[in-house]
Order: sequence, then structure tokens, then C-alpha cells
Amino acid sequence: MNVRTIATTRSSMGIPTGRLAVWWVLVSEIVIFGGVLVSYLMHRLGHPEWAAQASHTHLWAGAFNTLVLLSSSLSAVLAHQAAEAGNGPKAARLLWLTIAGGATFLIVKSFEWTGEIREGFTIQVGGFWSYYYTAAGLHAFHVFAGMCVMAWVASTAARNQDLHRVENVGIYWHFVDIVWIFLFPLLYIAK
Amino acid sequence: MSESAHSAPNIAPAHPAHAGHGEHAPQSFFHKYLWSTDHKVIAMQYTFTGMALGIVAAFMAYVFRMQLAFPGMHVPGFGVVSPGAYNALVTNHGSIMIFWVAMPVLLAGFGNFLIPLMVGCDDMVFPRINRLSYQLFLLSVVVLVASWFVPGGGFGGAWTAYPPLSAVAKYNLTPGGATLWLIAVALEFVAFLLGGINFITTAMNSRAPGMKAFDVPIVVWTIVMASILFMSSVGPLIAGAVMLAFDQLIGTGFYNPNRGGDPILWQHLFWFFGHPEVYVVLFPALGIVAEIMTVFSRKKLFAYKIVIYTFIATGALSFFVWAHHQFVAGIDPRMANVFTVTTLIISIPIAEMCFVYIATLYGGSITFSTPMLWALAFMVEFLIGGVTGIFLGASGLDIFLHDTYFVIAHFHYTFFPIAIIGTFAGITFWFPKMFGRMMSDKLGKIHFWGTIIPFNFIFIPMFFLGSAGEQRRVYDYRHFPELARPEFQALRIMATVALLVMLAFQLVFFYNFIMSMRRGPKAPKNPWKSNTLEWTADSPPPHGNWAEMPTCYRAPYEYSVPGRAEDFWPQNEKT
Repeated sequence: MNVRTIATTRSSMGIPTGRLAVWWVLVSEIVIFGGVLVSYLMHRLGHPEWAAQASHTHLWAGAFNTLVLLSSSLSAVLAHQAAEAGNGPKAARLLWLTIAGGATFLIVKSFEWTGEIREGFTIQVGGFWSYYYTAAGLHAFHVFAGMCVMAWVASTAARNQDLHRVENVGIYWHFVDIVWIFLFPLLYIAK
Repeated sequence: MSESAHSAPNIAPAHPAHAGHGEHAPQSFFHKYLWSTDHKVIAMQYTFTGMALGIVAAFMAYVFRMQLAFPGMHVPGFGVVSPGAYNALVTNHGSIMIFWVAMPVLLAGFGNFLIPLMVGCDDMVFPRINRLSYQLFLLSVVVLVASWFVPGGGFGGAWTAYPPLSAVAKYNLTPGGATLWLIAVALEFVAFLLGGINFITTAMNSRAPGMKAFDVPIVVWTIVMASILFMSSVGPLIAGAVMLAFDQLIGTGFYNPNRGGDPILWQHLFWFFGHPEVYVVLFPALGIVAEIMTVFSRKKLFAYKIVIYTFIATGALSFFVWAHHQFVAGIDPRMANVFTVTTLIISIPIAEMCFVYIATLYGGSITFSTPMLWALAFMVEFLIGGVTGIFLGASGLDIFLHDTYFVIAHFHYTFFPIAIIGTFAGITFWFPKMFGRMMSDKLGKIHFWGTIIPFNFIFIPMFFLGSAGEQRRVYDYRHFPELARPEFQALRIMATVALLVMLAFQLVFFYNFIMSMRRGPKAPKNPWKSNTLEWTADSPPPHGNWAEMPTCYRAPYEYSVPGRAEDFWPQNEKT
């Protein structure tokens, strides 16, 4: 069913409607993660003993994941460039590369979590671990959701359809990156 | 008649940009009313769902008021109220009225109906996301209703759901009800985030050619600002709700001091959202009132731009007042002073709005139609709510008044004008556009007086009871000798009787609503001689709203312009 409306085709602000909507999605996401992070920070400052718990996290696994996730944003940018040039198939291939980056991130994370849970650091053992799994889990959920949307955008872009979506999903992906840039030092490095 | 030339068969050829939008063969009931992407149908879905839940919440109020006035009695239609049932009733009454009545009707109902019509476009920018928004909302209703029927019964830990009561099943005794209630609230938030993105983007990007930001009617501004306010305040509570659900279900320790958590954290997350939420529902109501006041006083809205800046200032300030709900939660007195000051400051822009509305009325040629009566009543009743808020915002006095019936009376003097008076004002005003028929003005006025007078008799006694120290959340005052005095009980009975009278008069509204929808006189396009664009569409507007999309030439409130034959000047008329 075709539901494209006249409303969708207008642009009173001069900004494409899709991009405008993505920015508003990010506003709501920023306050969601902001709520978790500020709560965590306040409690972390009030509980110096959480540092001992934090030292059990796998710093190098986190660092590797940071590298992977940041690199995957590069291919998202290149995909946007290809889409601007009208090369849909190339944009799609680059988006799949980004999805591969997201998948690597999630695989590494699942090994990391399995190890931690085997060592007895489950979500119930204490305040630090409650925040650790909730904040990183919420982020991982966003990585996964981004991968799904990106796969859909890649499949349409490969047919040179709706190439503006490549930029929009890229904006979202950069946001997911930025959240991780906050999470990594707060959960892994801060001792 | 030239108007009839624009009837349905002409719509399709006039939509070259998107053939296939208006010329459908008659759609099945399912596709037309349940699976529609038309903003007007979605608006009606939200409005009718909200009204249905309003009836449920009114029934709950009836049951617990009967228990308070006549403790231990067999309430007709319900039975004897147990303490657990009493808690579940007050909790769900509050939750429903805020999340499932005020928000769907004022924000989603009027927002969906008015935004595309007032900015002059055919639909929302994301019609399918709009449909998804309602479907998620409906799912949240199903989950909420289900929460009343699980073992243990509905959640009874108050609509604010403070832990540890809400987090620990051993304390609240409603493990299923508490979790389902939380899921329902979270789903409702997601529905309104999706709807809000639609409202904001549509109003920003899809305005009619020629409509600049300051040509947008005030109610569109207020609904959009309410959506932005909601979007930027609800995030921490969404995160907080996930954390509370984890505490309930898998035993994490976010709010549990034994595990390094903090129950006060929830209060911060809740009220960081909860206070802006007051303005989320207040703004659309203020916008509706402004539209009605200009039309029925035939005057330009006083200081249109200042009004918009005032709304922005109020929205920004509303993020810095939340801890005035926590004056007795062990807050540092120095912080309490800060929040007292910010709370008193926020009364300044709201007082200014009252003066702006009075200035709009001043010297106008006022018609006391039903919508106008509601709009004026909004001002008067909300003023009482606002002024008593200043008492509660002062931390010293709040320590005495906290959790008494003074608070109940105060917030009902704010929320009743918002959710009930604002809604009736809007429905009686836009009814001709919504359903293409006129409502009975006479029945409307009977309903108006039958609602407003008993309303004051319900809540004024509570100011006295609260000042005398009557605590809220008490199931039966006979256990408290100092509160069980006969003169107090007389006030409780007065409030309950007034409630019964008010509820009885709602039958007049429903009779008027249904009969006018079916048999009311046919409404012309512009029965109130209003300027805004929705009145240039047919009543009711067809799918796609206009055969030819309107162009905007001027600001929305050009009434009684000297030198014109007519006392109004529609936005789409070139000269």
C-alpha cells in the first residue's frame, strides 16, 4: 500500500524530513543513555569500593571492541559518500562491512560476558555489575537494532532505491559509537 | 453552492503527486477504522480509547470515594472494598488519568487531528509510524487491563511507584500486577515517542506554502513543544523503568540499599520526567484555550510571539524543579532552597499566560458559547491550582502539607482543568470539524454547569481536610481518632456526593455527543468564523483533507481588522 503523503514531500525547514526525524530520535536516545550514565556516575562517586569490582572487566577486550566499532563508522561514512555519488551497490557493500563490524563487536562482547558470568560476576552480585550489564546491554541492543536497519537499507540501496537512507542510518550508527566512547572509559578504565 | 463542488469525487484528480491516495474503492471496516494511516482516524482512535479509559478511571474514583465517605460499605457495582483493592484503585486511577486519558486525548488525539489540518498538509510525514504509535498504545492498554486480573491483583504502590514498595514483591504483594503495570507504562512511553517525532517533524517540515514559523497557530506550537518536552524528559525514566523491572524480575540492586543501590534514585528519575509531564499535558490545553478565546472574543491573541517565548521558558524551567516533590525524602535543606526558588520562578511565566489571556479577552466582543465557557472555566480553576502550588513549592510549608489531601486538591485543580476542562473545550469547539455536525449548545451548557459546580464541591473540602492534617493513601479513617471526627467525615461525604452528581451530569455529555454525531444539524465548513486552516476543509475533512492544498498568506489571529467587511481574515485568503 502506497502511503506516501504530500506532507512527506515537503521541506519547510530545508532539511530532508528523514534526516530531521533521525535527529529527533537521537534526542530521545541521548536522554535515555544520559539517565543511565548520570545514575551510574552518581553512584560510582558514592561507592569507591566499586573500583575493585571494575578491575575485573576485560580492558583489552573492551579496547579491541572500541577499535572495531570506531572503524565500522568509517565504512558508514564511505557508504554515505558512495550514496551521494549515486553509486547504490557500492554504498550497500560498505554498509555490509559496517554490519560486519557490529557483528564482531557483539561476538567479542558475548565471549567477554560469558567469561565474566563464569567467574561469578552476574548482574545480581552488586551495584557495579547491575550497571555494567544494563548500560552495556542497552548499548548492545542499539548496536543490534542498528545492524538490522542497516541490512534493510543496504538491500534497498543495492537496487539504487532511497539512497538518502544511507546517510540517515549512518547518523544513527555514529551515535551508537559515541555512546560507547562514554561507556568504555566509565565501565572499563575508571578504577 | 461552490462548496459542494469540492465533494469527494473531485479529490483524486487533484492529487497528481500521489495518485492512489484518495480514489480508493470503499475500504473495508478493518482498513478504514482499524488499520488506517489517516491522521484523523488515528486521532479518533486515540480520543475514543482515552475516553473509554476515562470512564474506567471515573468508576475507580467512584468506588474509592464511596469507601472514604462510607467506610466498609458494599459499593454498588463493586462490592466491599478491601485495603489491597483500595490501593490498586487509587494507583490505577492516577496512572490512567495521566498516561491513558490526558496524554492520548490532549496530546495524541488533538495533536493528530489538528497538526496536519492547521499547518495545511494532507497527513503526518510518517503515516505508518503514526499507525504503529496507536497500536503500541493500544497494546499498553491491553497490558494495563491485564494487570488487574493476574494473581495478587492490580498494582497498588501509587502511580509514582516508589521502591522499595514497587520493587519487592514481598512488600507490595502484587508481583504480576507491579510488573505488568510497569510494562504498560513503558509501552505507552514508546508510543508517544513515535507519535511525538511525527508531530515535531510534520510541524517543522510540512507547513503549507507561505506559512512561516510565526504563522503557525498557537495550539500546534504547544503540542509540538509538549512533544519535545516529553521526548527530552522521559528518557531517564525509560532507563529507570528497565532498571526497576530488573530489580523486580532478576534481583538486581539498583534501588536496593542492601546491594549498593538507592531508592531515592527512582524518585529523581521519576520526577525528572514527572514534573515536565505536568507541562506536557498543560501546554496542549493552554493552546486549545487560546484558540477558543481568540475566536469567541473576535480579537487577535495578545502578544503571540511573547506567548511562544513564554512557553519555551516554561518548558526549560520545568527541568529544574523536580526535587520539590522530594522535600521530605532526606534532601539537603540547601538543595531544597534551590528547588523552592526555581519552583516559585516557574509560576511567573504561567501567571503571565493568565494575564495574556485576560488581555486577549479585554475589549473583545465575547460570545458565551459552550467552548468559550469551558475555556474561561479553565482559567479560573487552573488559577486555584496554580496559586495553591506556590504553597506546596515552599519547602517549609510542604513538610507539613506533604502527602495530605491539600496536595490531592492542588493537583486536581491543575489536572482537572487540563485533562477534563481542556478536553471538553476542545471537543465542543472542533466537534463540527471532526464529525461534520453541530453539538447542542443547550445540552452543552447544562453539562458545563453540571460539571464545574460539583467539581469545586469535590475538591474545596479537601483543602480543608489537608490543612487539618488528613494524610492521603489511608483506606479507612476510623482507625485514626483525630481524623475520624464527624465534621471531617461530613466533608468527605460532601466530596463524594458532589462526585456522584458530577458523574451523573457526564451522561448529558455522552447523550449530546452521540446524538449530535448522528442527528445534529449539518455543520458548515467554518461555523465559528475562524481564521485557521482546518476551517477551510470540508466538515469532516476527506482523506487527504483538501482537494487543492491551501496556501498561507498571514498570521492566524487577524480578527476585527479595520477596513474589512468581515471581522475575520482566514489564513488562506489572499486579500
